[in-house]
Amino acid sequence: MDEHRSSIELRLPSRLGFEKVAMNTAASVAHLMGFGDERIEDLKTAIAEACINAMEHGNKLDETLSVGVILSMSPDSLEVKVLDTGKGPQSHAAAPNIDRKMHEQEEARGMGMFLIESLVDEVEWVSSPPAGSYARMVIRLHPAKN
Amino acid sequence: MQENVTQVKMEEVQCNSGTPITVLRFAGDITSASKAAVLGTYQGIPESIKRILLDFSRVEYLNSSGIALVIQMMIAASKSGQTIQTFGLKPHFQKVFTMVGITKYTTLHPDEQTACAAFSA
Repeated sequence: MDEHRSSIELRLPSRLGFEKVAMNTAASVAHLMGFGDERIEDLKTAIAEACINAMEHGNKLDETLSVGVILSMSPDSLEVKVLDTGKGPQSHAAAPNIDRKMHEQEEARGMGMFLIESLVDEVEWVSSPPAGSYARMVIRLHPAKN
Repeated sequence: MQENVTQVKMEEVQCNSGTPITVLRFAGDITSASKAAVLGTYQGIPESIKRILLDFSRVEYLNSSGIALVIQMMIAASKSGQTIQTFGLKPHFQKVFTMVGITKYTTLHPDEQTACAAFSA
């Protein structure tokens, strides 16, 4: 499959707002690949959340550190890696509990990883010290039905 | 980079019931940078107002930090005995709001008229 794979790489400063560059680039790529509007919206949110996590938690908003974004296209899927210099998430993505949030027993924030897992077909968080860590997400043109 | 800052316009409408309803009309992006726009504007609503409409029809980008601000506003409204109805969210954000469970505490309506009518239902 790799012989059919081509890629685009971005390096973003760790400054909130710049996730939109990755989001819009991914949306353009996905559109060219033939993804529908709904899947593109899913992808945009997933990539934005992964970039925000990388900027905030991975690179601690240090603007001298970059967040890498690698978009790899294959005939039937788009893989996105979002790389930072951190250790990766220390816990799994828990589904938000709105009742606990409304009763202030749980932080209102903290939904990013849950949204990523919910919106893409495949996701993994890979820690590779000392280089850093990355989130790897895949959306497929024809996902298998559950 | 030029941020698409959050704009909020606060209006009072009557709808059919005659009871005053405060509408917060959001535009632009709702992100972690929107705390003053979201919570600050909400804090300007008198506690005597019990019916609040949230208009998201001109919101372009909403991320999880922005959703957290909406939840914080809903917590404050709940403490003040205020009811919130929501309309104008794009289909994708309706899906996201549903995923995180916000729909348990506010109903998402397709338009302002339907949202207004829900206060008297």
